[in-house]
Amino acid sequence: MTCENCGEREAVVHLTQIEDAQVTTVHLCERCAAERGVEPPPAGKTPLGSFLAAIGDSEGTDEAGQAKCPGCGASFANFRETGRLGCAECWTAFEAPLRDLVRRLHGSTVHVGERYVSAGSTRAERTEDDLRERLRLAIETENFELAADLRDRLRK
Amino acid sequence: MIDLSLMADGGMGWLDASGPESHLVLSTRIRLARNLAGYPFQGRSGDAERERILREVEAAARDTVLLGRAVTFRLDRLDEADRQLLHERHLVSKELAGLDPGARVRYGAALLHQDRIGVMLNEEDHLRLQGLCSGFALAATYAEVDRLDGELGRRLGFAFHQEFGYLTACPTNVGTGLRASVLIHLPGLVLTKEVSRVLQGLAQVGLTFRGLYGEGSEVVGNFFQLSNQTTLGKSEGELLDHLARVVRQVIEYEEQARQVLLQSAPTVIEDKVWRAYGLLRYARNLSFDEAMNLLSGVRLGVGLGLIPGIGMYTLNKLLIQSQPAHLAVAENLPLGDPALALRRAALVRRVLEDDVERRG
Repeated sequence: MTCENCGEREAVVHLTQIEDAQVTTVHLCERCAAERGVEPPPAGKTPLGSFLAAIGDSEGTDEAGQAKCPGCGASFANFRETGRLGCAECWTAFEAPLRDLVRRLHGSTVHVGERYVSAGSTRAERTEDDLRERLRLAIETENFELAADLRDRLRK
Repeated sequence: MIDLSLMADGGMGWLDASGPESHLVLSTRIRLARNLAGYPFQGRSGDAERERILREVEAAARDTVLLGRAVTFRLDRLDEADRQLLHERHLVSKELAGLDPGARVRYGAALLHQDRIGVMLNEEDHLRLQGLCSGFALAATYAEVDRLDGELGRRLGFAFHQEFGYLTACPTNVGTGLRASVLIHLPGLVLTKEVSRVLQGLAQVGLTFRGLYGEGSEVVGNFFQLSNQTTLGKSEGELLDHLARVVRQVIEYEEQARQVLLQSAPTVIEDKVWRAYGLLRYARNLSFDEAMNLLSGVRLGVGLGLIPGIGMYTLNKLLIQSQPAHLAVAENLPLGDPALALRRAALVRRVLEDDVERRG
Protein backbone atom coordinates (compact mmCIF):
# COMPACT_ATOMS: atom_id res chain seq x y z
CA MET A 1 0.00 0.00 0.00
CA THR A 2 1.40 3.40 -0.92
CA CYS A 3 1.21 6.53 1.19
CA GLU A 4 -2.01 8.50 0.65
CA ASN A 5 -0.23 11.79 1.12
CA CYS A 6 2.80 11.58 -1.19
CA GLY A 7 1.66 8.56 -3.20
CA GLU A 8 5.29 7.46 -3.50
CA ARG A 9 6.59 5.65 -0.47
CA GLU A 10 5.22 2.54 1.23
CA ALA A 11 2.58 3.34 3.88
CA VAL A 12 3.69 2.11 7.29
CA VAL A 13 1.43 4.14 9.59
CA HIS A 14 -2.28 3.34 9.53
CA LEU A 15 -4.05 6.00 11.49
CA THR A 16 -7.69 5.53 12.45
CA GLN A 17 -9.38 8.81 13.30
CA ILE A 18 -12.84 9.54 14.55
CA GLU A 19 -13.77 13.03 13.51
CA ASP A 20 -17.13 14.67 12.87
CA ALA A 21 -18.97 11.41 13.29
CA GLN A 22 -16.85 9.74 10.61
CA VAL A 23 -14.39 6.96 11.21
CA THR A 24 -11.57 7.20 8.69
CA THR A 25 -8.26 5.46 8.28
CA VAL A 26 -5.33 7.24 6.70
CA HIS A 27 -2.35 5.32 5.37
CA LEU A 28 0.90 7.25 5.52
CA CYS A 29 4.57 6.66 4.96
CA GLU A 30 6.95 7.33 7.81
CA ARG A 31 7.97 10.77 6.54
CA CYS A 32 4.46 12.09 5.86
CA ALA A 33 3.31 10.69 9.21
CA ALA A 34 6.12 12.52 10.97
CA GLU A 35 5.12 15.75 9.20
CA ARG A 36 1.65 15.35 10.66
CA GLY A 37 3.11 14.74 14.06
CA VAL A 38 2.29 11.04 14.15
CA GLU A 39 4.87 8.75 15.74
CA PRO A 40 5.84 5.77 13.59
CA PRO A 41 5.10 2.37 15.13
CA PRO A 42 7.53 1.25 17.84
CA ALA A 43 10.69 -0.61 16.86
CA GLY A 44 10.20 -4.28 16.09
CA LYS A 45 7.98 -5.89 13.54
CA THR A 46 5.14 -6.84 15.85
CA PRO A 47 2.81 -5.09 18.29
CA LEU A 48 4.91 -6.75 20.94
CA GLY A 49 7.92 -4.80 19.69
CA SER A 50 8.10 -2.24 22.47
CA PHE A 51 7.44 -4.82 25.16
CA LEU A 52 10.19 -7.00 23.82
CA ALA A 53 12.59 -4.11 23.46
CA ALA A 54 11.95 -3.26 27.09
CA ILE A 55 12.64 -6.82 28.13
CA GLY A 56 15.79 -6.83 26.07
CA ASP A 57 16.96 -3.78 28.02
CA SER A 58 16.24 -5.31 31.40
CA GLU A 59 17.85 -8.52 30.27
CA GLY A 60 21.09 -6.65 29.70
CA THR A 61 23.64 -9.18 28.53
CA ASP A 62 23.75 -10.61 25.05
CA GLU A 63 24.47 -13.96 26.59
CA ALA A 64 20.94 -14.39 27.84
CA GLY A 65 19.67 -13.54 24.35
CA GLN A 66 21.95 -16.11 22.72
CA ALA A 67 21.05 -19.18 24.82
CA LYS A 68 19.23 -21.68 22.60
CA CYS A 69 16.07 -23.68 23.21
CA PRO A 70 17.01 -27.39 23.28
CA GLY A 71 13.73 -28.20 21.52
CA CYS A 72 14.00 -26.12 18.36
CA GLY A 73 17.30 -24.25 18.54
CA ALA A 74 15.66 -20.82 18.66
CA SER A 75 17.29 -18.16 20.84
CA PHE A 76 15.52 -15.54 22.92
CA ALA A 77 16.98 -13.01 20.50
CA ASN A 78 14.99 -14.75 17.72
CA PHE A 79 11.85 -14.30 19.78
CA ARG A 80 12.62 -10.64 20.37
CA GLU A 81 12.98 -10.16 16.66
CA THR A 82 9.86 -12.01 15.49
CA GLY A 83 7.58 -11.90 18.55
CA ARG A 84 6.93 -15.62 18.06
CA LEU A 85 8.35 -18.55 20.01
CA GLY A 86 9.87 -21.53 18.21
CA CYS A 87 8.21 -24.42 20.03
CA ALA A 88 6.47 -25.45 23.24
CA GLU A 89 9.83 -26.11 24.89
CA CYS A 90 10.82 -22.46 24.44
CA TRP A 91 8.32 -21.74 27.20
CA THR A 92 10.49 -23.78 29.60
CA ALA A 93 13.86 -22.78 28.15
CA PHE A 94 13.08 -19.04 28.53
CA GLU A 95 10.73 -19.37 31.45
CA ALA A 96 12.07 -16.48 33.54
CA PRO A 97 11.96 -13.68 30.94
CA LEU A 98 8.69 -15.06 29.55
CA ARG A 99 7.10 -15.05 33.00
CA ASP A 100 8.06 -11.40 33.24
CA LEU A 101 6.56 -10.65 29.83
CA VAL A 102 3.39 -12.64 30.52
CA ARG A 103 2.90 -10.72 33.77
CA ARG A 104 3.14 -7.42 31.90
CA LEU A 105 0.78 -8.56 29.16
CA HIS A 106 -1.86 -10.31 31.24
CA GLY A 107 -1.35 -9.01 34.77
CA SER A 108 -0.80 -12.57 35.97
CA THR A 109 1.34 -15.59 35.17
CA VAL A 110 -0.86 -18.38 36.40
CA HIS A 111 -3.38 -20.04 34.12
CA VAL A 112 -6.62 -20.59 36.04
CA GLY A 113 -8.77 -21.75 33.14
CA GLU A 114 -9.50 -25.24 31.94
CA ARG A 115 -6.70 -27.73 32.41
CA TYR A 116 -5.69 -30.11 29.72
CA VAL A 117 -5.92 -33.73 30.76
CA SER A 118 -4.24 -35.95 28.25
CA ALA A 119 -2.87 -38.72 30.39
CA GLY A 120 -3.45 -40.06 33.91
CA SER A 121 -6.07 -42.64 33.12
CA THR A 122 -5.58 -45.96 31.37
CA ARG A 123 -6.18 -46.26 27.68
CA ALA A 124 -9.26 -48.42 28.23
CA GLU A 125 -10.76 -45.87 30.63
CA ARG A 126 -10.05 -43.04 28.25
CA THR A 127 -11.65 -44.92 25.39
CA GLU A 128 -14.75 -45.63 27.45
CA ASP A 129 -15.02 -42.05 28.67
CA ASP A 130 -14.58 -40.90 25.14
CA LEU A 131 -17.26 -43.22 23.78
CA ARG A 132 -19.66 -42.01 26.47
CA GLU A 133 -18.94 -38.37 25.67
CA ARG A 134 -19.37 -39.00 21.95
CA LEU A 135 -22.66 -40.76 22.63
CA ARG A 136 -23.85 -37.76 24.62
CA LEU A 137 -22.83 -35.38 21.81
CA ALA A 138 -24.34 -37.60 19.14
CA ILE A 139 -27.69 -37.59 20.96
CA GLU A 140 -27.49 -33.88 21.57
CA THR A 141 -26.84 -33.17 17.90
CA GLU A 142 -29.55 -35.66 16.89
CA ASN A 143 -27.08 -37.87 15.06
CA PHE A 144 -29.02 -41.01 15.96
CA GLU A 145 -27.31 -43.41 13.59
CA LEU A 146 -23.95 -42.63 15.15
CA ALA A 147 -25.51 -42.76 18.63
CA ALA A 148 -26.78 -46.30 18.06
CA ASP A 149 -23.38 -47.39 16.82
CA LEU A 150 -21.63 -45.85 19.83
CA ARG A 151 -24.10 -47.43 22.23
CA ASP A 152 -23.35 -50.83 20.74
CA ARG A 153 -19.63 -50.28 21.09
CA LEU A 154 -20.05 -49.25 24.74
CA ARG A 155 -21.99 -52.41 25.51
CA LYS A 156 -19.25 -54.64 24.18
CA MET B 1 -13.33 -22.65 -8.17
CA ILE B 2 -14.21 -23.25 -4.56
CA ASP B 3 -17.40 -25.19 -3.94
CA LEU B 4 -19.13 -23.57 -1.02
CA SER B 5 -22.22 -25.65 -1.55
CA LEU B 6 -20.32 -28.35 0.32
CA MET B 7 -21.20 -26.40 3.43
CA ALA B 8 -24.89 -26.70 4.28
CA ASP B 9 -25.36 -22.97 4.77
CA GLY B 10 -22.30 -21.85 2.84
CA GLY B 11 -20.76 -21.16 6.23
CA MET B 12 -23.13 -18.24 6.60
CA GLY B 13 -25.51 -19.46 9.27
CA TRP B 14 -24.26 -16.64 11.46
CA LEU B 15 -25.82 -14.14 9.06
CA ASP B 16 -29.41 -15.16 9.60
CA ALA B 17 -30.01 -12.47 12.26
CA SER B 18 -31.75 -15.04 14.45
CA GLY B 19 -29.55 -14.54 17.50
CA PRO B 20 -30.10 -12.31 20.53
CA GLU B 21 -29.72 -8.53 19.97
CA SER B 22 -29.23 -9.14 16.25
CA HIS B 23 -30.48 -5.65 15.40
CA LEU B 24 -27.17 -4.40 16.86
CA VAL B 25 -24.92 -7.45 17.13
CA LEU B 26 -24.17 -9.21 13.86
CA SER B 27 -22.25 -12.14 15.20
CA THR B 28 -20.30 -13.65 18.06
CA ARG B 29 -17.04 -15.38 17.37
CA ILE B 30 -14.83 -17.39 19.71
CA ARG B 31 -11.52 -18.97 18.96
CA LEU B 32 -9.20 -21.16 21.00
CA ALA B 33 -5.51 -21.32 20.09
CA ARG B 34 -3.97 -24.79 20.43
CA ASN B 35 -0.66 -26.34 19.42
CA LEU B 36 0.32 -29.97 19.06
CA ALA B 37 2.99 -31.20 21.44
CA GLY B 38 6.01 -32.60 19.61
CA TYR B 39 5.96 -30.24 16.64
CA PRO B 40 7.78 -26.91 16.43
CA PHE B 41 5.46 -23.91 16.27
CA GLN B 42 4.42 -22.53 12.93
CA GLY B 43 7.41 -20.18 12.40
CA ARG B 44 9.96 -22.98 12.72
CA SER B 45 8.17 -25.82 11.00
CA GLY B 46 8.72 -26.83 7.40
CA ASP B 47 6.29 -27.97 4.72
CA ALA B 48 6.61 -31.64 5.68
CA GLU B 49 5.70 -30.90 9.29
CA ARG B 50 2.76 -28.73 8.25
CA GLU B 51 1.50 -31.53 6.07
CA ARG B 52 1.77 -34.01 8.97
CA ILE B 53 -0.06 -31.60 11.30
CA LEU B 54 -2.82 -31.21 8.74
CA ARG B 55 -3.19 -34.97 8.27
CA GLU B 56 -3.07 -35.70 11.97
CA VAL B 57 -5.77 -33.18 12.79
CA GLU B 58 -7.91 -34.21 9.83
CA ALA B 59 -7.75 -37.85 10.93
CA ALA B 60 -8.65 -36.91 14.50
CA ALA B 61 -11.48 -34.67 13.33
CA ARG B 62 -12.99 -37.40 11.17
CA ASP B 63 -13.51 -39.41 14.35
CA THR B 64 -15.39 -36.61 16.17
CA VAL B 65 -19.08 -35.79 16.24
CA LEU B 66 -18.66 -32.05 15.79
CA LEU B 67 -16.27 -32.20 12.81
CA GLY B 68 -16.99 -35.72 11.57
CA ARG B 69 -18.61 -34.38 8.38
CA ALA B 70 -16.32 -31.38 8.02
CA VAL B 71 -15.29 -30.03 4.65
CA THR B 72 -11.57 -29.33 4.21
CA PHE B 73 -10.49 -26.25 2.31
CA ARG B 74 -6.80 -26.24 1.43
CA LEU B 75 -6.12 -22.52 1.30
CA ASP B 76 -2.74 -23.24 -0.27
CA ARG B 77 -4.52 -24.69 -3.30
CA LEU B 78 -7.05 -21.90 -3.79
CA ASP B 79 -6.60 -18.79 -5.87
CA GLU B 80 -6.62 -15.36 -4.29
CA ALA B 81 -10.28 -14.55 -4.96
CA ASP B 82 -11.45 -17.76 -3.27
CA ARG B 83 -9.16 -17.23 -0.30
CA GLN B 84 -10.42 -13.69 0.07
CA LEU B 85 -14.00 -14.94 -0.20
CA LEU B 86 -13.49 -17.27 2.77
CA HIS B 87 -11.95 -14.37 4.65
CA GLU B 88 -14.87 -12.08 3.80
CA ARG B 89 -17.15 -14.79 5.12
CA HIS B 90 -15.23 -14.56 8.41
CA LEU B 91 -14.22 -18.23 8.16
CA VAL B 92 -10.45 -17.70 7.89
CA SER B 93 -8.10 -15.01 9.12
CA LYS B 94 -6.24 -12.69 6.81
CA GLU B 95 -3.01 -14.41 7.86
CA LEU B 96 -4.26 -17.90 7.00
CA ALA B 97 -5.56 -16.67 3.65
CA GLY B 98 -2.17 -15.10 2.91
CA LEU B 99 -3.79 -11.74 2.14
CA ASP B 100 -1.43 -9.45 4.05
CA PRO B 101 0.55 -7.16 1.76
CA GLY B 102 3.59 -9.00 0.44
CA ALA B 103 2.52 -12.23 2.15
CA ARG B 104 2.00 -15.58 0.47
CA VAL B 105 -0.34 -18.33 1.50
CA ARG B 106 1.55 -20.83 3.60
CA TYR B 107 1.89 -24.47 2.61
CA GLY B 108 -0.60 -26.56 4.57
CA ALA B 109 -2.87 -23.61 5.44
CA ALA B 110 -6.34 -25.15 5.68
CA LEU B 111 -9.81 -24.80 7.13
CA LEU B 112 -11.97 -27.66 8.41
CA HIS B 113 -15.54 -26.49 8.66
CA GLN B 114 -18.87 -27.97 9.69
CA ASP B 115 -22.01 -26.03 10.58
CA ARG B 116 -21.08 -23.21 12.92
CA ILE B 117 -17.64 -24.40 13.93
CA GLY B 118 -14.31 -25.06 12.37
CA VAL B 119 -10.57 -25.27 12.79
CA MET B 120 -7.97 -23.20 11.02
CA LEU B 121 -4.83 -25.26 10.52
CA ASN B 122 -1.26 -24.00 10.29
CA GLU B 123 -2.25 -20.48 11.24
CA GLU B 124 -0.02 -18.68 13.75
CA ASP B 125 -0.78 -21.67 15.99
CA HIS B 126 -1.23 -25.22 14.71
CA LEU B 127 -4.94 -25.15 15.47
CA ARG B 128 -7.34 -22.28 15.87
CA LEU B 129 -10.67 -23.77 16.91
CA GLN B 130 -13.47 -21.35 16.09
CA GLY B 131 -17.18 -20.93 16.47
CA LEU B 132 -19.32 -18.29 14.82
CA CYS B 133 -22.95 -17.67 15.79
CA SER B 134 -25.61 -15.14 14.91
CA GLY B 135 -26.21 -12.27 17.32
CA PHE B 136 -24.90 -11.78 20.85
CA ALA B 137 -24.35 -15.38 21.98
CA LEU B 138 -21.12 -15.75 23.93
CA ALA B 139 -22.18 -18.66 26.15
CA ALA B 140 -23.71 -20.72 23.35
CA THR B 141 -20.77 -20.14 21.01
CA TYR B 142 -18.26 -21.02 23.70
CA ALA B 143 -20.16 -24.18 24.62
CA GLU B 144 -19.72 -25.48 21.07
CA VAL B 145 -16.06 -24.57 20.76
CA ASP B 146 -15.36 -26.02 24.21
CA ARG B 147 -16.95 -29.31 23.20
CA LEU B 148 -14.86 -29.41 20.07
CA ASP B 149 -11.77 -28.67 22.18
CA GLY B 150 -12.65 -31.68 24.35
CA GLU B 151 -13.23 -33.95 21.38
CA LEU B 152 -10.00 -32.98 19.62
CA GLY B 153 -7.98 -32.77 22.84
CA ARG B 154 -8.69 -36.39 23.63
CA ARG B 155 -7.43 -37.48 20.22
CA LEU B 156 -4.45 -35.16 19.84
CA GLY B 157 -1.71 -34.12 22.25
CA PHE B 158 -1.95 -30.40 22.97
CA ALA B 159 1.01 -28.40 24.29
CA PHE B 160 0.14 -27.47 27.89
CA HIS B 161 2.22 -26.03 30.72
CA GLN B 162 1.26 -26.41 34.38
CA GLU B 163 1.74 -22.71 35.11
CA PHE B 164 1.15 -20.97 31.77
CA GLY B 165 -1.68 -23.16 30.49
CA TYR B 166 -2.15 -23.78 26.77
CA LEU B 167 1.08 -22.80 25.03
CA THR B 168 0.96 -20.55 21.99
CA ALA B 169 3.49 -19.14 19.57
CA CYS B 170 2.76 -15.60 20.74
CA PRO B 171 2.61 -14.82 24.48
CA THR B 172 -0.44 -12.60 23.93
CA ASN B 173 -2.56 -15.74 23.46
CA VAL B 174 -1.13 -18.04 26.13
CA GLY B 175 -3.23 -19.50 28.96
CA THR B 176 -6.77 -20.08 27.79
CA GLY B 177 -5.91 -19.31 24.16
CA LEU B 178 -9.36 -17.75 24.07
CA ARG B 179 -10.33 -14.74 22.03
CA ALA B 180 -14.02 -13.87 22.03
CA SER B 181 -15.31 -11.10 19.79
CA VAL B 182 -18.64 -9.52 19.24
CA LEU B 183 -19.29 -7.74 15.94
CA ILE B 184 -21.48 -4.78 16.78
CA HIS B 185 -22.99 -1.91 14.80
CA LEU B 186 -22.61 1.45 16.55
CA PRO B 187 -23.84 4.24 14.23
CA GLY B 188 -25.61 6.05 17.06
CA LEU B 189 -22.41 6.42 19.04
CA VAL B 190 -20.52 7.49 15.92
CA LEU B 191 -23.13 10.11 14.99
CA THR B 192 -23.30 11.52 18.53
CA LYS B 193 -19.47 11.55 18.58
CA GLU B 194 -19.45 9.45 21.72
CA VAL B 195 -17.76 6.47 20.15
CA SER B 196 -14.15 7.42 20.80
CA ARG B 197 -14.91 7.87 24.50
CA VAL B 198 -16.54 4.45 24.64
CA LEU B 199 -13.73 2.79 22.73
CA GLN B 200 -11.09 4.40 24.91
CA GLY B 201 -12.97 3.09 27.93
CA LEU B 202 -12.65 -0.45 26.55
CA ALA B 203 -8.87 -0.36 26.84
CA GLN B 204 -9.15 0.56 30.50
CA VAL B 205 -11.16 -2.57 31.24
CA GLY B 206 -8.86 -4.97 29.39
CA LEU B 207 -10.82 -5.12 26.14
CA THR B 208 -9.93 -4.02 22.67
CA PHE B 209 -11.69 -3.18 19.41
CA ARG B 210 -10.97 -3.93 15.78
CA GLY B 211 -12.60 -3.36 12.41
CA LEU B 212 -14.98 -5.52 10.42
CA TYR B 213 -12.39 -8.16 9.53
CA GLY B 214 -10.62 -8.48 12.88
CA GLU B 215 -6.96 -7.93 13.56
CA GLY B 216 -5.40 -5.04 11.68
CA SER B 217 -8.57 -4.22 9.75
CA GLU B 218 -10.23 -0.87 9.30
CA VAL B 219 -13.53 0.27 10.69
CA VAL B 220 -16.09 0.29 7.87
CA GLY B 221 -19.83 0.83 8.01
CA ASN B 222 -19.65 1.63 11.75
CA PHE B 223 -19.00 -2.03 12.59
CA PHE B 224 -16.70 -2.72 15.50
CA GLN B 225 -15.38 -6.00 16.85
CA LEU B 226 -15.10 -5.89 20.62
CA SER B 227 -12.92 -8.56 22.18
CA ASN B 228 -10.89 -9.57 25.22
CA GLN B 229 -7.28 -8.46 25.26
CA THR B 230 -5.85 -10.80 27.89
CA THR B 231 -6.08 -14.58 27.81
CA LEU B 232 -4.38 -15.66 31.05
CA GLY B 233 -5.08 -15.20 34.76
CA LYS B 234 -8.83 -15.49 34.38
CA SER B 235 -10.90 -18.55 33.62
CA GLU B 236 -12.73 -18.88 30.31
CA GLY B 237 -16.00 -18.15 32.15
CA GLU B 238 -14.62 -15.00 33.75
CA LEU B 239 -13.24 -13.73 30.45
CA LEU B 240 -16.59 -14.29 28.75
CA ASP B 241 -18.62 -12.78 31.61
CA HIS B 242 -16.47 -9.69 31.61
CA LEU B 243 -16.81 -9.20 27.85
CA ALA B 244 -20.56 -9.87 28.05
CA ARG B 245 -21.03 -7.25 30.77
CA VAL B 246 -19.14 -4.61 28.81
CA VAL B 247 -20.92 -5.43 25.54
CA ARG B 248 -24.27 -5.10 27.32
CA GLN B 249 -23.14 -1.71 28.54
CA VAL B 250 -22.08 -0.66 25.03
CA ILE B 251 -25.46 -1.83 23.69
CA GLU B 252 -27.13 0.35 26.29
CA TYR B 253 -24.97 3.36 25.30
CA GLU B 254 -25.82 2.78 21.65
CA GLU B 255 -29.55 2.60 22.41
CA GLN B 256 -29.29 5.83 24.43
CA ALA B 257 -27.38 7.55 21.63
CA ARG B 258 -30.11 6.53 19.17
CA GLN B 259 -32.78 7.97 21.44
CA VAL B 260 -30.81 11.20 21.72
CA LEU B 261 -30.61 11.39 17.92
CA LEU B 262 -34.32 10.72 17.54
CA GLN B 263 -35.27 13.32 20.12
CA SER B 264 -32.83 16.09 19.26
CA ALA B 265 -32.69 15.80 15.48
CA PRO B 266 -35.55 13.62 14.26
CA THR B 267 -35.83 15.16 10.81
CA VAL B 268 -32.08 15.11 10.25
CA ILE B 269 -31.91 11.41 11.10
CA GLU B 270 -34.96 10.56 9.05
CA ASP B 271 -33.52 12.39 6.06
CA LYS B 272 -30.14 10.72 6.53
CA VAL B 273 -31.42 7.14 6.61
CA TRP B 274 -33.84 7.63 3.69
CA ARG B 275 -31.10 9.27 1.62
CA ALA B 276 -28.96 6.21 2.29
CA TYR B 277 -31.83 3.98 1.18
CA GLY B 278 -32.49 6.11 -1.89
CA LEU B 279 -28.88 5.95 -3.01
CA LEU B 280 -28.73 2.19 -2.54
CA ARG B 281 -32.01 1.75 -4.40
CA TYR B 282 -31.01 3.78 -7.45
CA ALA B 283 -27.22 4.29 -7.62
CA ARG B 284 -25.42 2.86 -10.67
CA ASN B 285 -21.92 2.81 -9.26
CA LEU B 286 -21.05 1.84 -5.69
CA SER B 287 -17.63 1.36 -4.14
CA PHE B 288 -17.42 -1.15 -1.30
CA ASP B 289 -16.84 1.55 1.31
CA GLU B 290 -19.75 3.64 0.06
CA ALA B 291 -22.03 0.60 0.03
CA MET B 292 -21.00 -0.26 3.59
CA ASN B 293 -21.66 3.26 4.83
CA LEU B 294 -25.05 3.46 3.12
CA LEU B 295 -26.01 0.00 4.42
CA SER B 296 -25.03 1.24 7.86
CA GLY B 297 -27.46 4.16 7.44
CA VAL B 298 -30.29 1.89 6.29
CA ARG B 299 -29.56 -0.54 9.13
CA LEU B 300 -29.88 2.35 11.57
CA GLY B 301 -33.15 3.40 9.91
CA VAL B 302 -34.55 -0.11 10.22
CA GLY B 303 -33.39 -0.34 13.85
CA LEU B 304 -35.10 2.96 14.68
CA GLY B 305 -38.30 1.87 12.95
CA LEU B 306 -37.99 4.70 10.41
CA ILE B 307 -37.64 2.38 7.42
CA PRO B 308 -40.23 -0.34 7.81
CA GLY B 309 -40.21 -3.81 6.39
CA ILE B 310 -36.60 -4.52 5.47
CA GLY B 311 -35.25 -7.54 7.32
CA MET B 312 -31.87 -7.57 9.03
CA TYR B 313 -31.16 -10.81 7.16
CA THR B 314 -31.52 -8.99 3.84
CA LEU B 315 -29.11 -6.30 5.02
CA ASN B 316 -26.67 -8.92 6.33
CA LYS B 317 -26.74 -10.75 3.00
CA LEU B 318 -26.04 -7.50 1.16
CA LEU B 319 -23.20 -6.77 3.53
CA ILE B 320 -21.57 -10.09 2.65
CA GLN B 321 -22.43 -10.30 -1.04
CA SER B 322 -21.28 -6.81 -1.91
CA GLN B 323 -17.76 -7.50 -0.66
CA PRO B 324 -15.06 -7.43 -3.35
CA ALA B 325 -14.23 -11.14 -3.59
CA HIS B 326 -17.87 -12.25 -3.26
CA LEU B 327 -18.80 -10.03 -6.18
CA ALA B 328 -15.76 -10.98 -8.24
CA VAL B 329 -16.49 -14.70 -7.84
CA ALA B 330 -20.24 -14.31 -8.43
CA GLU B 331 -19.75 -12.11 -11.50
CA ASN B 332 -16.77 -14.03 -12.80
CA LEU B 333 -14.59 -10.93 -12.92
CA PRO B 334 -11.03 -10.51 -11.70
CA LEU B 335 -10.47 -8.96 -8.27
CA GLY B 336 -10.10 -5.20 -8.55
CA ASP B 337 -11.96 -4.96 -11.89
CA PRO B 338 -13.52 -1.46 -12.13
CA ALA B 339 -16.76 -3.02 -13.41
CA LEU B 340 -17.32 -4.50 -9.96
CA ALA B 341 -18.60 -1.15 -8.66
CA LEU B 342 -21.33 -1.24 -11.36
CA ARG B 343 -22.20 -4.86 -10.58
CA ARG B 344 -22.33 -4.04 -6.89
CA ALA B 345 -24.84 -1.27 -7.50
CA ALA B 346 -26.91 -3.65 -9.68
CA LEU B 347 -26.86 -6.35 -7.00
CA VAL B 348 -27.98 -3.95 -4.28
CA ARG B 349 -30.77 -2.54 -6.49
CA ARG B 350 -31.98 -6.04 -7.35
CA VAL B 351 -32.04 -7.25 -3.74
CA LEU B 352 -33.83 -4.14 -2.47
CA GLU B 353 -36.31 -4.26 -5.34
CA ASP B 354 -37.10 -7.92 -4.60
CA ASP B 355 -37.57 -6.96 -1.00
CA VAL B 356 -40.13 -4.31 -1.95
CA GLU B 357 -41.98 -6.70 -4.30
CA ARG B 358 -42.01 -9.45 -1.71
CA ARG B 359 -43.70 -7.11 0.72
CA GLY B 360 -46.11 -5.98 -1.97
